[in-house]
Amino acid sequence: MQHEEDFDANLAGEEGQSEETRSRWFKRIKKGILTSTAEKKEAPDGLWTKCPNCKYTCTVLELREHLFVCPKCNYHHRIGSQEYFEILFDENRYEEMFANVRSIDFLGFSDLRPYSKRLKEAYAKTGLHDSISVGVGKLSGNDLVVACMDFNFIGGSLGSVMGEKIARAADFCLEHNFPLMIISKSGGARMMESAFSLMQLAKTSGKLAQLADARIPYISLCTDPTYGGTTASFAMLGDVNLAEPSARIGFAGPRVIKETIKKELPLGFQSSEFVMEHGFLAIIVDRKGLKDRLAKLLVLFKN
Amino acid sequence: MPELKQRQFLEFEKPIKELYDQVEQLRHMAEKNQKVDYSNAIQQLEQSILEKRKEITQHLTAWQKVQMSRHPDRPYTLSYIKRISKNFVELHGDRHVRDDKAMVGGFAQLGGHTVMFVGQQKGVNTKMRTMRNFGMANPEGYRKALRLMKLAEKFNKPIVTLIDTPGAFPGIEAEERGQGEAIARNIFEMIRLKVPVICVIIGEGASGGALGIGVGDRVLMMENTWYTVISPESCSSILWRSWDMKEKAAEELKLTPEHMLKFGLVDAIIPEPLGGAHWNYDEAAAILKSHLLKVIEEVKAIPAEERVRQRIAKFSKMGFWEEREENEVHG
Ligand SMILES: [Zn+2]
Repeated sequence: MQHEEDFDANLAGEEGQSEETRSRWFKRIKKGILTSTAEKKEAPDGLWTKCPNCKYTCTVLELREHLFVCPKCNYHHRIGSQEYFEILFDENRYEEMFANVRSIDFLGFSDLRPYSKRLKEAYAKTGLHDSISVGVGKLSGNDLVVACMDFNFIGGSLGSVMGEKIARAADFCLEHNFPLMIISKSGGARMMESAFSLMQLAKTSGKLAQLADARIPYISLCTDPTYGGTTASFAMLGDVNLAEPSARIGFAGPRVIKETIKKELPLGFQSSEFVMEHGFLAIIVDRKGLKDRLAKLLVLFKN
Repeated sequence: MPELKQRQFLEFEKPIKELYDQVEQLRHMAEKNQKVDYSNAIQQLEQSILEKRKEITQHLTAWQKVQMSRHPDRPYTLSYIKRISKNFVELHGDRHVRDDKAMVGGFAQLGGHTVMFVGQQKGVNTKMRTMRNFGMANPEGYRKALRLMKLAEKFNKPIVTLIDTPGAFPGIEAEERGQGEAIARNIFEMIRLKVPVICVIIGEGASGGALGIGVGDRVLMMENTWYTVISPESCSSILWRSWDMKEKAAEELKLTPEHMLKFGLVDAIIPEPLGGAHWNYDEAAAILKSHLLKVIEEVKAIPAEERVRQRIAKFSKMGFWEEREENEVHG
């Protein structure tokens, strides 16, 4: 079982405790990739990683070859949109779309820090444009649009930009008759966008309704974590709902539930396996088998 | 509606209570001393009560609006349905798990129309509050709501939803039975219902729990309500790491009907009796009814397919963003 993690801190634009180590670890990966083989001989700390589940230690390169799944215990490390695109699209060839759609602080929202400042920090920290990226390319020869979230960007929070990018991705699919896949990885709503954030649930569902009417397949992949507004909209609305093993998927966060019912939560509560057992997931798929499984599905939908 | 003696007063309503206490005193004196005529004085005080009610609710802060929406004397869904419609037949059950008492609904006659009412229901006393789960529905509540809305669609009847919830219930069974899926399914189905759908926030409009019955051709808010993605308390605890910033959170969230109307996220504000709906259930219901009848006529006049198209287009426009090429703030 994975240790408990408080997603709230990430939604606030801060890094949760476990996430902090992960984030640092990713900076090292990025550095690692850029490091030449000559330099690697020195074996800097950054090139070695430890599995948080089984403590297995291996190089980043080895982990990357295993699609960021622990070679020993199958623990699925949390990865970002660029990694998923690399795993899914043939020869890592894809075109990123709608990257110029950017968040603005329309409400002038300020908590401990202004939202505008949190956005700037998130850009600087991640190099991403927002908490979701959209790519179009081919998966085993099949056309596919993939909208994928990044947890590093304000906890993968669902705001106006995510809603707009998903809407545009759906429009693109309608126009070209391409299937749509959304990879969810989100702690919930972007509170700094208040009711606008909530309305994205209706906005994206409206687009999915149009895809459904056009008989265009929509595939949802839930990864760790998938919570709140994402679960209460597109993440649960796939023609096929998939999940990675041991991902945490739910509507309310564990902390809120515990505080409400004043009871301990059962072991494995809100894990992919739990959600599948209760009937809301069609398939749990290992990251290594993901591309093959998707290819099969896409062909079956087509023929 | 509670008797005067059982009335509860919020902190900022206390001046009204003082005036009522004075009226009470005068009445008492009038009973004891029949020779003196107190009726003028009483009348004057009653007038100033009305003025005080107006004065107090004229400039409420965001947090005070939240408090008003939760006023213990405020009318709830069934109070309104009983007052604005005839022949209400409540229909129970989601036909899967059980009957969720936090969500009610049924056919009734509203003006010349048969409509389907759906709404969260809060309890009026301690026992009922528990039975109604404080207006926090479980997945079966949302599925019951959807069942009733589909029934309305089948017989081509308009749907009116009355929203009043602190949120969908966060519990173990709720997760087991797919709280997220239930709300997602409702949103997905509501946005393409072929009949007119009118939604009214009559109290608390908290997050997905509200939106789960909140996707309509017209979304209206009563004057003393709020609607956003999270309660000010939870927002305070997450973003400020403290439960003490709820007032500030309410301000920052811009959750009042006036803000929501300005942002184009709701379509109209329904006024309430002086001082709030809790002062006069009948009047509050009458104002609600006149707004509903007008809006139903308006929406009914649109052909079904066009109505669905407009509904999807309306929600598609919601959001704010800009288009620019690079991260100007890198490094
Ligand atoms: Zn491991």
